Amino acid sequence: MRSLPRWMLLPALLGGLFVLLPLISMGLRVQWGSFGALVTSESSLQALRLSLQTSSTSALVCVVLGVPMSLVLARSSFRGLSLLRSLVLIPLVLPPVVGGIALLYTFGRQGLLGQHFELLGLQVAFSTTAVVLAQTFVALPFLVISLEGALRTAGTRYEAAAASLGARPTRVMLQVTLPLMMPALLSGTVLSFARALGEFGATITFAGSLQGTTRTLPLEIYLQRESDPEAAVALSFVLMIVAVLIIAVARRRVVA
Amino acid sequence: MKPRSRLAAAAAGLVLLAAGCGGAGDTAAGGEASAEDTTLLVFAAASLQEPFEDLAEQFEAQNEGVDVQLNFAGSSTLVEQIQQGAPADVFASANTSNMGKLVEADLHGAEPVDFTSNTLMIAVPAGNPAEVTNLASLTEEELNLVVCAPEVPCGAATETVEEAAGLTFSPVSEEQSVTDVLNKVTSGEADAGLVYVTDVKKAGDAAWGIDFPESDAAVNIYPITTVKGTENAELGQEFVDLVRREDGQELLAGYGFAGV
Amino acid sequence: MSLSLCASVPERGVELELEVADGETLALIGPNGAGKSTALSLIAGALRPATGQVVLDGQVLTGQGRWVPPHQRQVTTLSQDPVLFPHLTARGNIRFGLRAQGQSRQRAHREAGRWLAELGISELADRRPAALSGGQAQRVAIARALAADPRLLLLDEPMAALDIDVAPALREQLRGFLAPRTALIVTHDVLDALSLADRIVVLEAGRVAEQGLTRELLTRPRTAFTARFAGLNLVTGRWAGGAVVLEDGTRLRAAGDFRAGSWVHAAFRPSAVRLTANDGIPRTVTGLLPRGDLIRVRTRGVAADLPPQEIAEHRLEPGSAVRLEIPAEAVTAYEA
Repeated sequence: MRSLPRWMLLPALLGGLFVLLPLISMGLRVQWGSFGALVTSESSLQALRLSLQTSSTSALVCVVLGVPMSLVLARSSFRGLSLLRSLVLIPLVLPPVVGGIALLYTFGRQGLLGQHFELLGLQVAFSTTAVVLAQTFVALPFLVISLEGALRTAGTRYEAAAASLGARPTRVMLQVTLPLMMPALLSGTVLSFARALGEFGATITFAGSLQGTTRTLPLEIYLQRESDPEAAVALSFVLMIVAVLIIAVARRRVVA
Repeated sequence: MKPRSRLAAAAAGLVLLAAGCGGAGDTAAGGEASAEDTTLLVFAAASLQEPFEDLAEQFEAQNEGVDVQLNFAGSSTLVEQIQQGAPADVFASANTSNMGKLVEADLHGAEPVDFTSNTLMIAVPAGNPAEVTNLASLTEEELNLVVCAPEVPCGAATETVEEAAGLTFSPVSEEQSVTDVLNKVTSGEADAGLVYVTDVKKAGDAAWGIDFPESDAAVNIYPITTVKGTENAELGQEFVDLVRREDGQELLAGYGFAGV
Repeated sequence: MSLSLCASVPERGVELELEVADGETLALIGPNGAGKSTALSLIAGALRPATGQVVLDGQVLTGQGRWVPPHQRQVTTLSQDPVLFPHLTARGNIRFGLRAQGQSRQRAHREAGRWLAELGISELADRRPAALSGGQAQRVAIARALAADPRLLLLDEPMAALDIDVAPALREQLRGFLAPRTALIVTHDVLDALSLADRIVVLEAGRVAEQGLTRELLTRPRTAFTARFAGLNLVTGRWAGGAVVLEDGTRLRAAGDFRAGSWVHAAFRPSAVRLTANDGIPRTVTGLLPRGDLIRVRTRGVAADLPPQEIAEHRLEPGSAVRLEIPAEAVTAYEA
């Protein structure tokens, strides 16, 4: 701290205020008298429940798909690997609406895969599955990026040692690589859960919005703004509290 | 380019535009800028985008040195922006309730006047794959119907029509805006959607429109007024007059809007 | 469990041929970049040679179109970094190798305990690696490697990272364990070679420069590197009348019976070198280094360890001209 030039404190403080002040302002706008009633309304509770369900499912799918992806990206070498690595992170920089449109053209009724699903009598669009797809699409890179980075930093010496002791690749992965990656995996999972929880653009574009089925908390907030701004503020506050809790958990895990 | 007094206000307005949804169309026609240029800020409901862009151009042509800037968003968002102090000279709402909010806040410069109307229409993907014929066929079980959420004006209109016809829809999605409904229809995700006549017109060949008599139950009235406290009250009133004049009305009709 | 390696890795300039007999411990020495690590990587299966093969106990591990992955080779590496799994206890680390070998949970637990006792570290069983000293961690690593019961043990400078007061005891333990096993040890330490290796192979620039039984090689080195490793001076000249005649004409008397005019190596300890007033080998001092209670006087090709008093008396400093004499009984002469 002492080695920092003193003038830097001012922009640092401004930056901190810039992030915190809007959150505080929102907190001040909450009508505490009706807060309880607003956030426990049928539609709010359904939205919250749906959000938690879909985000947990998405985080799980992210782990199931993201762990092998990270391992392949971090541990193998083939032509085009670095290109592939960049491509995988695209949803991170893509506007979520664009992601939603892309998903529509893939899993929609007339989409690349969706038209075949349609023949099988499966419909993804307007279903909770679509919400999970949209959330997973935008959240997956968060898990991959944190896990792959950790894998690269850790290097391969522990795995080489394990193989040298005669351990098969599966045993090495389950008993050496993954336990060593646990902090990164946990923070990556929490991050992807958080990203899924906040997902809006891809969901509204691809999944639609129906209470209890596809209308997650962010969609509910956006809709409530139209007719009941007070409810929107109250729900935003709830979402903010959840976000703060997630960050607290994630940071502690990373530090530990 | 702009008078100094307006500069800060315009900058603040831009921040609000960026924060709100919907596109802001700056139709400032290239002409050489003189110091006497006046900027007229028109806040209009998103559904008015195309006719108002034309109207703005016409207005600028008729009034030398006037630069019309348009801010399009949902009517409720616009009212909120005006309430938060966004600079606006004219406000055109897509419904009477949001105009009511402005009047309630005592921010209207003149008595609002109704200038056009819009009614609901069934939109189906080109080719009408689900063979929709009338409002009643929207209740079929296998049909993917998409409507506006009751919280937004087009959804309220949908509910009114539903009641008038004595039907109960079970939509697969209740969207945030007509645009969202229309997109679901044109992309083929939905078999049918309830949108405004103007929206079907806008969609071109991608969507077909089907009229239904029950639409009379929910005619959407568009009111317009100047905003209180504006320095350009007179110019604003001239814009309101243009919208109500015959040529303005004809232009609106070209985009599917009906008279009042 | 004999090993035979014959491989070329052109991009590293390595072309090697090595044999390790069943039950033998072979020390691999050589300057940095000579190809020692490459040899280990080839055997462990971390590197594929351009051509060549690795055969262990009659089984082709690499080559002839075959490739046995590292975990199926039964070749375990012990390096200077113990690489203990940080999330497992000392016992857990050892158990890991045993479980990987297919042993049951209970048996692995018991065996791990036995190995901990064998290394004298039973009290560390439940510690995590972070709570172990360098020497303790290396002991766990040794137990882990041995418990995996490899056909071949590769040791890559296993004592290099340890404190000097820890290394001797560990070396002694290792000696007992390596005696019946087939092993290959890479080292920079002559003590490792002396106490652990039956035979030494010297690598230089990716090739085998010389090899021989440990005692033989360390008393009769044939390359400058080996001589330095063994702590000896090595000069070469022609034999003439009971002396080795060096390039500059100086004579080094030595016992031996060689054909007159044949090339002969002469090896002698730096501490056997004396200063003399006339005769002797003329040299110029290039540097002075403390060496225990002696001072090492470096000259071209010959080093002398002299007491500080003598250095002071003759006012030796870099650039001084000296004449060096080696008593005949201190010189080992052998055919070059």
